[in-house]
Amino acid sequence: MSKSMLIISRQAPWAGPSAREALDIALAGGAFDLPLGLLFLDDGVFQLAAGQQPGALQQKDLSANLQALPLFGVEELFVSSRSLAERGLDEAALALPAERLDDTALTLLLDRFDLVVTI
Amino acid sequence: MKFAIALFAPSHAPSSRRALRFAQAALDGGHQIARLFFYQDGVHSASGNIASPQDELDLSGEWRTFVQQHKLDAVVCIAAALRRGVLNAEEAQRYNKPAANLEAPWELSGLGQLHEAAQMADRLVCFGGH
Repeated sequence: MSKSMLIISRQAPWAGPSAREALDIALAGGAFDLPLGLLFLDDGVFQLAAGQQPGALQQKDLSANLQALPLFGVEELFVSSRSLAERGLDEAALALPAERLDDTALTLLLDRFDLVVTI
Repeated sequence: MKFAIALFAPSHAPSSRRALRFAQAALDGGHQIARLFFYQDGVHSASGNIASPQDELDLSGEWRTFVQQHKLDAVVCIAAALRRGVLNAEEAQRYNKPAANLEAPWELSGLGQLHEAAQMADRLVCFGGH
């Protein structure tokens, strides 16, 4: 049986290529039908904010790629409710149907996966 | 034990040195390295164009010697490398760029190699993640 991998994405979409490169690990693994989860943590939760205008920073829009996750078989999406609250996003509608987890649930999540990659 | 080692930091970062020392210790301890995978800024650790002052640690050179000596499978992520100007001769020609700075023993390939290595190794150990 394949080992499961949790990818923890911790960078804002405007903070360099990290958000995209974390997502690329997920998409590549999805293409191989691997059991994957993606967790948005710390500034990574900004990737889920709706209505972004990356064009104003001459950046590509990451949200289209995020929407592709289920198509690549990556359906286990999680977000830290504490990270959302710290950034004033706890009441906001999210661009992806990510499951909101508190700190206790995050600990259990990390235990559930065989591999963890943090970017 | 069989390790897959991923590096996300450039050669001037402490985590690149730690990754190399870990890899050396793994082999010294009788373990195996299934693959080294350099991603994100880690691709700079594979650059052949880093000229360190003589009295400073030449980490990219040490990495190259280490990989050659032990004939390791050492992969640099092609998408991350192209974005950061780490190109082998073939890619430099393909994109009409003036210079190549990556050569054997490094191989340019895709992220599938990271997943494959993680699947076949007993442990995936990452260095330099955020």
